[in-house]
Formats: sequence, structure tokens, C-alpha cells
Amino acid sequence: MRIPTRRRSWTPGIASLAAALALGWLLARRAFPGKALVETLVALPLVMPPVATGLLLLKLLGRRGPLGRAVLTLFGTDLAFTWRAVVAAMMVMSLPLLVRSARVAFEEVSPRLEAIARTLGAGEARVLVTVTLPLAMRGIVAGLLLAFARALGEFGATILVAGNIPGRTTTLATGIYGYVQLGQDASAFRLLAASVAIAFLAVFAGELFLRRRRA
Amino acid sequence: MSLTLEAVRLALEPFVLSVDAAAGTGVTALFGASGAGKTSLLEVVAGLRRPEEGRVVLNGRVLDDAGRGLHVPPRLRRVGYVPQDDTLFPHLSVAANLAYARGASARDRARAVDVLELGPLLPRRPASLSGGERRRVALARALLASPEILLLDEPLTGLDAPLKARVLAHLRRVREEFAIPTLYVSHAPEEVLALADDVLVLERGAVARRGAPADVFELAAEPAYRLRSV
Repeated sequence: MRIPTRRRSWTPGIASLAAALALGWLLARRAFPGKALVETLVALPLVMPPVATGLLLLKLLGRRGPLGRAVLTLFGTDLAFTWRAVVAAMMVMSLPLLVRSARVAFEEVSPRLEAIARTLGAGEARVLVTVTLPLAMRGIVAGLLLAFARALGEFGATILVAGNIPGRTTTLATGIYGYVQLGQDASAFRLLAASVAIAFLAVFAGELFLRRRRA
Repeated sequence: MSLTLEAVRLALEPFVLSVDAAAGTGVTALFGASGAGKTSLLEVVAGLRRPEEGRVVLNGRVLDDAGRGLHVPPRLRRVGYVPQDDTLFPHLSVAANLAYARGASARDRARAVDVLELGPLLPRRPASLSGGERRRVALARALLASPEILLLDEPLTGLDAPLKARVLAHLRRVREEFAIPTLYVSHAPEEVLALADDVLVLERGAVARRGAPADVFELAAEPAYRLRSV
């Protein structure tokens, strides 16, 4: 069985990063109408049962769902029960953690430092890249670790919207579940070992990074 | 006159900042009690606060004109602002903090490092510096932004007496070497007497008095105490 999890659990992390950072910055630094609603919507997948989120995604991405139908018409591609649905489930489930961490991290950067950077001649882009992002980096990396962990362990939403199709939509989590159901314990343990190795490497690298920045 | 504040008004809690004044080419002290509006006025000049009325003009260049909705953003104002709070970038070394301000020539950079005796501090991070060292680095960084005016907000506050004397000596050297018009916020008459050419006394957001430091202040008889010999 080909296990595409490694590639596909990184993908939502990377794809979510820019959107989550932008959203986190917006929530931390700007007031706008409907902000409370956006905050609630972003946090919703954290509170809802993953299977319920998966059902919502299925209704959205399925052939008869608004998004699934539009993509099928425009690009001739299915979303539900493809690797794209895996990515969508992982993104939706992990995004809130990244947004919340990024928001807290941005809030902790003193606006005074950004203001002083401006008086020293820096434009907004330079302030963001040289002051805001580096000072928020620890919180962002911590959020990335959480989001990665959430994506790696995602099961409920994935199984509903993408199923567990060998070689196509199987993830580490659904793969282990599938092997155990079939009584193939050896294969399940191989995936378990892979899970431990990936999780260990990710957390260890994150800790190293955070320690280095703390020093 | 290098800086002109023409009927500048800004609502603050619990009063309205209302200033009509000009500052010359030397050091002009903004003197007043805490909460008199001194820092807010500096922030108006730095562009960090926008006046609701009036004009701010620096060397003939209009920086704010509330009537016309004109507001030059801080990055284009060419002001060297040194706030009271610690605003060195904590993730950058002293050298990188100084390099953040662009526009100064290598010669000016070397001169600022020399005048403020920052050479040995260059590789260090702000967290490892003393209070006095931080003030000197912040001052140098502001100087390196090639400012047309320096805005110094109580640069000696929070320093003990020996450090205060050292930083004061450095401020004097900066004044002699760089000759940049300066707005100097203080609530200590001795600092104003030591550094300023002119004083604006602020009370509840308005200029209550103005004049040379020697005309504004007189020596008060104060009881002084010291430890008895044993």
C-alpha cells in the first residue's frame, strides 16, 4: 500500500501558513466589522466533533456540493474522496491552531517597536519582515508544531470526506485504522513506527529552533 | 525656526493638547509635570499621532496640515525619535540596531559610534546592556536616521546619578558634534539648565511659559541629607 501521508500532511501545513499568518495578523492588529464572527468561525473546527466537520466538508466538496460541483465543472476534477479532500480536511482542522498561535504571537510584539522602525525610515513591508515576523517567530513555530500534530493525527474529518482508499487517500491515521481492521498488525506497527519517527523529528526540530531563539 | 507648531490641537484624556509654538536650531526643552502632554507632543512631531487641528512644519516642509488632511507618515519625516521606553530591537545586535537606520554615511556611522563610545557594544544584544548603554545606542540609532530634528523623551529618567552624569556628558557631545535641532522632554530643571537653549513649559497640554532656562528656573533652597560619619 502506498502511503501518501508524509507529503500530504506537510502540504496543508505549508498551504495554510500564509493564510493563517495573514488572518492571525489581521485579528491581532486590525479592528473590522464582523471580527467577532470571523474569530468564532476560525475557532469552530476546534470545538466541533471532527466527524461533524467532515460531514460539512463532504456536503461542500461532494459532486453535489457547491464547491465540488463548481470545481468539477471548471476543471473536470473531483474533490471528495481524492487527496485534495485529505488536504482540505487537514487544513480546516489544523488552521485554527495556527491562526490562534499566530494571533497571540503578533499581539505580543510591541507596536512601539514597529512605530520606532517606521520613524527610522522603514516602510510597512520592511517593518513586517524585519521586526514583526522575527519577534513573533517563536509563537508562529509553536503554532506550526501544533497544527502539524493536528494534521498528522487527523482522522474523523478525513475518513468522512476522503475515505480510506489505498494509494489515494490513505493517511497514517486512517492507514493504521485500516490495517487493524483487516488484522494486519505488522503493517499497522510499521505505520505506527513511521508516525512516531515523524512526530519525534518534527517536535525535536521545533524545540531546537525555539531553544536557539530563546538563547 | 526649524520646527513650527501652528495651533496644533489633539484631544487627550483629560485635557486637550493645544500648542502654538516654535523651536529653534538648538536644544528646546519641553518641561512639565508627568501627564502634561510632553510625550504626546513629541509623538505628534514624530508622526505617531495625528493632530486634529493645526499644522506641523519642519524646516519649511509641512508634515501635518489637519485642514487639508495632510499627514506625512513617520518613515518620511526624517525625525530621530528616542522614546522613554526601551525600543531597541531585542532580536538584533547593537550593530544591527544601528544599521536599521538607513541614510547615514559610513563616516557619520563611525562618528556616532565614536562620540557615544559604542565600539565595544556593537556585537552585543540589547538584553545584555545596562540602562545607560541602551539609551546611548537608541540615541545613536536615531542620529543615524539622518534626522532634521531629534526628539528625546526623558533620556535620563530611571538612571542612577553616576550613569545620569555619563549620559548627560554624551548628550552634550552629541549636541556639539552633530548640531541637530532637538526637542528635549524633561521634568528635571537641572537637565534643562545643563542642556537647553530654550524652554517651553507645558501645563495640561498648553504652553504656560517660554524662555531661556535661566529665566524660567531659579535655585530652590532644599534640605539635603547625607549619612553621618561613624
